[in-house]
Amino acid sequence: METNLCVAGFGGQGVMTLGKFLASATCDATDKNVTFFPSYGAEQRGGTANCFVVISDGAIGAPLGDVMDDLIVMNGPSLVKFLKTLKPGGALFINSSIVDEKDVDRDDVKVVKAPVTELALEMGNAKVLNVIMLGVYVGYTEVVPPEVVWETIEHKLGSKPKLLPLNKAAFEKGLELGRAQK
Amino acid sequence: MARILMKGCEAIAEAAVRAGCRFFAGYPITPQNEIPEYFARRMPEVGGSFVQGESEVASVNMVYGAASAGTRSMTSSSSPGIALKSEGISYCAAARIPIVYANISRGGPGVGAIQPAQQDYFQATRASGNGGFEMLVLAPSTVQEAVDLTYTAFDYADRDRNPVLILADGVIGTMMEPVELPPMKTDEEIAAIKASKAKWACTGHELDYANRAWIQPGQWNTQIMQQENEKAAALYASWEKDVQVEEYMVDDAEVVIAAYGVSARIGRSVVDLCRAAGKKVGLIRPITVHPFPYAAFDHIDYGVCKAVLDVEMSIPAQFVQDVRMGVKDRCPIETCLCSGGNIMSREAVLRAVDAILAK
Repeated sequence: METNLCVAGFGGQGVMTLGKFLASATCDATDKNVTFFPSYGAEQRGGTANCFVVISDGAIGAPLGDVMDDLIVMNGPSLVKFLKTLKPGGALFINSSIVDEKDVDRDDVKVVKAPVTELALEMGNAKVLNVIMLGVYVGYTEVVPPEVVWETIEHKLGSKPKLLPLNKAAFEKGLELGRAQK
Repeated sequence: MARILMKGCEAIAEAAVRAGCRFFAGYPITPQNEIPEYFARRMPEVGGSFVQGESEVASVNMVYGAASAGTRSMTSSSSPGIALKSEGISYCAAARIPIVYANISRGGPGVGAIQPAQQDYFQATRASGNGGFEMLVLAPSTVQEAVDLTYTAFDYADRDRNPVLILADGVIGTMMEPVELPPMKTDEEIAAIKASKAKWACTGHELDYANRAWIQPGQWNTQIMQQENEKAAALYASWEKDVQVEEYMVDDAEVVIAAYGVSARIGRSVVDLCRAAGKKVGLIRPITVHPFPYAAFDHIDYGVCKAVLDVEMSIPAQFVQDVRMGVKDRCPIETCLCSGGNIMSREAVLRAVDAILAK
């Protein structure tokens, strides 16, 4: 069993962090193989950023596959760029605050919606949109147990304990949204 | 042992620290910046030195100097930066100074592309500088292997008093993967390694003028120069024992993929997919690309093998020339190539395998 995930969005949306949290959690608390591969171009802040996470029971060949099982898009340009890589029957997670479901020009994929930009602003910190989306992804796919992912986030934020309650709430919110759309 | 998730570049740097590397000098270039960045933070913790040189040429010469003084030393760069360092590498080879360096290579001649590629194969294996010197060239295909090879590279360098090259690419350098790290050499072990070099290295010979260390990257006397070159040639000839190769499901293979580094791990996954579908495909993966495991190609059953498929992220193909010397015209050689910073597609390799099987 191998899961190929692509996470794409604007630079600054925490796309890389989302992927790294997921990869770290898989490394720390499971015996699965995992790779995290960031796609760096000569890009500027506000340009596109994307990363690839592969989680597998066996050895991982390509750290960036040709076909994605799951796709998270945090902005419109990423939908245009990556939707074609999603396999038929794959799960598409959209930041529905700024990505319009009507622009998903495929009917062979499952769309999971989460208005993470708005939700993050409502929670008082625009930066937690990636943690909400990570919750949505983990809640929907259960690719790794949610508590394992939370432990990783908690560990990574260890030096900034005052951010923990906010991130905990953001992650929980995401889990709830993801589970509700299964 | 606990596994931790590390980026290839950082894992290479940590492995070097654990092997006793206590001097690193470098100059920034994508996609290897995490190596100097990591050393900059880590070296002060272990009593080592990190220097960001004013250029590639300066930093490789700092490493030449530090290694001449008996300290395990390293530098790293990416393709055009490695080209600039070639003068210093050649001096180290001439003076028989053990250094380790890594090329996290990128996509073409000149500045190339900053994305991953395997475009420096000839430079790495044929002529990493002037003068016809050779080096052990180690090509990891996972982050774990990058760790293990970097750790042992220092032993090889010291054993041979010769540079050792870690040839990786931007995928291995920038991807994160779980690794188990080797043990940290103790200060006593590191001191003992340095002391073992006292015969030739500038470790301090006080007033013993006759036995002072003398680092010579060349000779004025033609006879001595020839002797030095003969000694070096004898060393290179002794590396047959150091050849490392992975042979995977080669015995009955109708198609054998030949690949190294990141292309090889993609090739291996193609082998698994093909075998699951009943297709007889195998893989030969050189871990040392110099010396090259030519003998591995004698293990192919040329009675059933339709072709060897060379898979590399280089256009024109370079690695294929060594593959050709291994295959010795016993079967056709096909290629599956990409370049310029594009990463090898598993689907493309699968299609190439199927095309050969359909013949």
